Amino acid sequence: MTTLPPTTQVSHPGGGFIVELEQFSGPLDLLLHLIREDQLDITDLPIARIADQFLAVINELGLNQAADYLEMAARLLRIKAQMLLPRRLGDDEWEDPRSELVRRLLEYRQIRELVDWLARAAAGRAERFGRGYDAPGPDLPPAPLAIGLNDLLAAAERVIALIPEPTLHRVVPRPLDVEGATARIEALLAARAEFGWRDVVGEHPDVVEVLSAFIALLELAKRGALKIAQPEPFAPMAIRREPPREAA
Amino acid sequence: MSPLAKLLEAALFAASRPLTLDELATLDPEAGEAGAGAALQELRAVYAAGDHGVDLVQIAGGWQFLTKPEYAEAIERAQFALRPRRLSPAALETLAIIAYRQPVGRIEVDEIRGVDSGAVIDKLVERGLIEVTSRGEGLGRPLLYATTPQFLEILGLQSTDELPRLDELSVALRPPAPAEPE
Repeated sequence: MTTLPPTTQVSHPGGGFIVELEQFSGPLDLLLHLIREDQLDITDLPIARIADQFLAVINELGLNQAADYLEMAARLLRIKAQMLLPRRLGDDEWEDPRSELVRRLLEYRQIRELVDWLARAAAGRAERFGRGYDAPGPDLPPAPLAIGLNDLLAAAERVIALIPEPTLHRVVPRPLDVEGATARIEALLAARAEFGWRDVVGEHPDVVEVLSAFIALLELAKRGALKIAQPEPFAPMAIRREPPREAA
Repeated sequence: MSPLAKLLEAALFAASRPLTLDELATLDPEAGEAGAGAALQELRAVYAAGDHGVDLVQIAGGWQFLTKPEYAEAIERAQFALRPRRLSPAALETLAIIAYRQPVGRIEVDEIRGVDSGAVIDKLVERGLIEVTSRGEGLGRPLLYATTPQFLEILGLQSTDELPRLDELSVALRPPAPAEPE
């Protein structure tokens, strides 16, 4: 049997016709609607007419794909056929083929009336708040998924493919060459008592070279291997050899 | 008010659900159910006579403070509380059938509604409005459903006895009136 969730939409293959199933909560509801519209006597249903109308409506609304409606359509046609069968005069055994349907329609109509009553009661109660009242969430969580691992992985891949390439700055590992710079400065110290920053890094140093040389300078200064002087702000640094104390 | 009536008032204020007289009687075992009953009547009289924004309401077999209906609009507008969402026609149909036929199995609900009701029943169970109370005889021993106190609460009913009797309905199972009012 087909479940008819209230918000399901059925599209009509013919012309893209879309209908909300919400307008009828089932084939019995639709039948009652037709009966009410034409003010028919529910206990003496003109079954041929109702069957034709029912078929026309479910065709029009695209409900003819829903099993519950199809089943009702078939039932109506069978009753219609049974009504055409000849019966003997004075046959007390004859049972009206409509009787089961009529019973169901009456029963269902009774339920619809109760629905109205319940809706009114609920609406009245909804006007009163109790202490610690928790409004129900906007929607109930969906039913648990029944899904295979492969489907899940395929779905994940589809989602991952949609993720835009993140705009990250690529961090290139360019290790500082402090040892190299230290060796270079030590070589300079051995050769000259005083020299400038340019002598250490050359004419066109890149950032890594500058940083390496600077850290090496500071380290050597800390060790007491040299002294750094700057006569005035932004002036070139002067680097002087110190008497080696721990070089030995 | 007597001290016990004030104690009952405090307990009803603190509770987020209706409290039955049995439950209220446990507040002061010495007073017993008779004492609690008397105190409850006293409290009812105070709230029935006084000017209050809340009523002491008998609901789902118990007692509960509920705001007066005329304030619902303002309270909701200020977003202090929200009115619950309406139940769908399918949910109400299913509830109506279960309320009148309980305990009842899914097949019977399906037959009366003329559509499959499994999903609706599951949702109602999830919302705590119906529950499985037993298993039926017959093939597969089907689950049988019945309404819960929560069902009475959302309708503001004391018990299922307050539901309309079937023979009171205009479309009780007898020759119907021709044109059914909309």
